[in-house]
Amino acid sequence: MDNTILLYIGLSVILFAIGGAGVLLRRSPLAILMCVEIMWNAGNLAFLTFARKWASAGHDGQVFAFLVITVAAAEVAIGLAIIVTIFRHREKVDVDEVRELHG
Amino acid sequence: MTALFVVCGLIAVAGAVGVVALRQPVHQVLALVLNFFALAVLYLSLNAEFMAVIQMIIYAGAIMVLFLFVIALLTARRDPGEPRRGFLTGPWDVAGAAVALILLVLLLVAVGRVPAAGIAASLPTGFGTVAAFGQALLYTHVFPFELTAFVLMVAVVGVIILVGRKQA
Repeated sequence: MDNTILLYIGLSVILFAIGGAGVLLRRSPLAILMCVEIMWNAGNLAFLTFARKWASAGHDGQVFAFLVITVAAAEVAIGLAIIVTIFRHREKVDVDEVRELHG
Repeated sequence: MTALFVVCGLIAVAGAVGVVALRQPVHQVLALVLNFFALAVLYLSLNAEFMAVIQMIIYAGAIMVLFLFVIALLTARRDPGEPRRGFLTGPWDVAGAAVALILLVLLLVAVGRVPAAGIAASLPTGFGTVAAFGQALLYTHVFPFELTAFVLMVAVVGVIILVGRKQA
């Protein structure tokens, strides 16, 4: 029995869990942002796998993956801007130490 | 096909583990680029040509360069590396690892309910090519496409508001 789709989705799940572990375990906001990128890409892999599986239905999955990439780009830009702002106020950044919400 | 998947999958997982485990931000970015390139090859094997190109140009190119710029900007004068700690020291690390493990198990259970199936052998002609993808994006889904322009615009304005002023 051909179960190629399970291989791809399984890889997507493993990457998602690795990214989630990084978000939970790392303290540096840059590292957390990169782990979130891994999670975005794991989701994209699942989208493209299912788009390939139901290719006769059109390109909807691929279009959605494209939209995910643009939203991820926006998220990275905003996230890095926030990190830069935090770095201006502190010497070293540990996400556990950033408690106040005012700029 | 399967050999390609195994090799690229292992490279992708290795890159992801590198991002989680490495201490220096630049090394993390390089590991992430490795992950992205492996994923781009997997996208190609899924007949998503345009997405593979976008993955390399936008993700591995533009977004990672943005990361590198910020790292260079922030860490020029000080040591950016997190202090090296032991593996899973302290209750919060153990709790985080446990939550991640639970996430993995739950997702794997969910994957187990996906009906085992091969990927469709018969493709519509031109599936995933740039021409067909562009037609789907600019004819069928033109409104979401226009919305992405708005999202990116908001992001750019937000970044300028956050870091653009001298007196923040």
